Amino acid sequence: MSSEVGQQHPLSIYFAVWVGLFIVSGLSYATDFLQDGLMRWGLILLFMFVKAGYIVAIFMHLKYERWALIYALLLPPGALLVLVGLMWMESDYTWLTRIEYFGEDPYAVAKPVVH
Amino acid sequence: MASAAGHATIIRDWGSDVTTFKGVPWGKAMMWIFLLSDTFIFSCFLTAYMTVRTTTAEPWPNASEVFSLTVLGQSVPLLLIAIMTFDLITSSGTMAMAVNYGYRRDKKKAVRLILATAFFGFVFVSMQAFEWYKLISEGVRPFKNNWGAEQFGACFFMITGFHGLHVSAGVAYLLIIAHRVHKGKYDHTNYEIIEIVGLYWHFVDLVWVFIFAFFYLW
Repeated sequence: MSSEVGQQHPLSIYFAVWVGLFIVSGLSYATDFLQDGLMRWGLILLFMFVKAGYIVAIFMHLKYERWALIYALLLPPGALLVLVGLMWMESDYTWLTRIEYFGEDPYAVAKPVVH
Repeated sequence: MASAAGHATIIRDWGSDVTTFKGVPWGKAMMWIFLLSDTFIFSCFLTAYMTVRTTTAEPWPNASEVFSLTVLGQSVPLLLIAIMTFDLITSSGTMAMAVNYGYRRDKKKAVRLILATAFFGFVFVSMQAFEWYKLISEGVRPFKNNWGAEQFGACFFMITGFHGLHVSAGVAYLLIIAHRVHKGKYDHTNYEIIEIVGLYWHFVDLVWVFIFAFFYLW
């Protein structure tokens, strides 16, 4: 399936993805009403990846492209995971240092927001 | 395409000593490469946000409260952000339709759908301007706020500002392309230009998905 004649697909697939994105966005918003914890964070990530996947695969037609293009686009961002990993590994050290040497209180809670 | 034979085409395409991305117009390939570089920029912002948020010992302001709106005396968390999210998804839908009608050579419908997309984009930027106005009037600055860690403001203005800039540029880009398509400048082509502007627009929506999850929900 090359895109020599452009990307021609039935409209129904776009409507399906559109409705799907609405539903998943609604669910994503609903996670804000859950208690903080692994469940909530897991769902946030799940809905995020589902939405991102649909947008890239269908709306941006990546699913219908040749593998040469798909890999050229999806592999390089893997480098970003390394960056995220490195920053994450270092962060608890910085956090502890600030508490140990700057005397910051790790149990402080954010002030309530008054609009 | 998802087969071993499909995967074998990677080596053939990349080793063919001619155009690598076969069947992809050069403009579309360049847009993809631009978007890949943009992915790195936004990812660096989000990684920076993760870094400052995980390293600060000060409490992070509760986004759910910060971005709540009061409707009929009730405080609804993230209301404006939810509306902005749905608005952007709607614009992505109209954009996908525009691409489809372009390839069907239905110029009139394609132009109208591009204009609808630009309209939804404009609405998004307007709501974002309102959100900025509200937060600034509540004392949020890149270097301080009244609720918790100072880094909150820096991350907020940097990330949403850069995204808003992308949406604004996208609206201008959409309007220019709509005008040119309407004038018939692309009549000799397959209207792949609509798919190219569409890629940019969907990417803006894609970035918002990550900002929504990491900045507003987390």
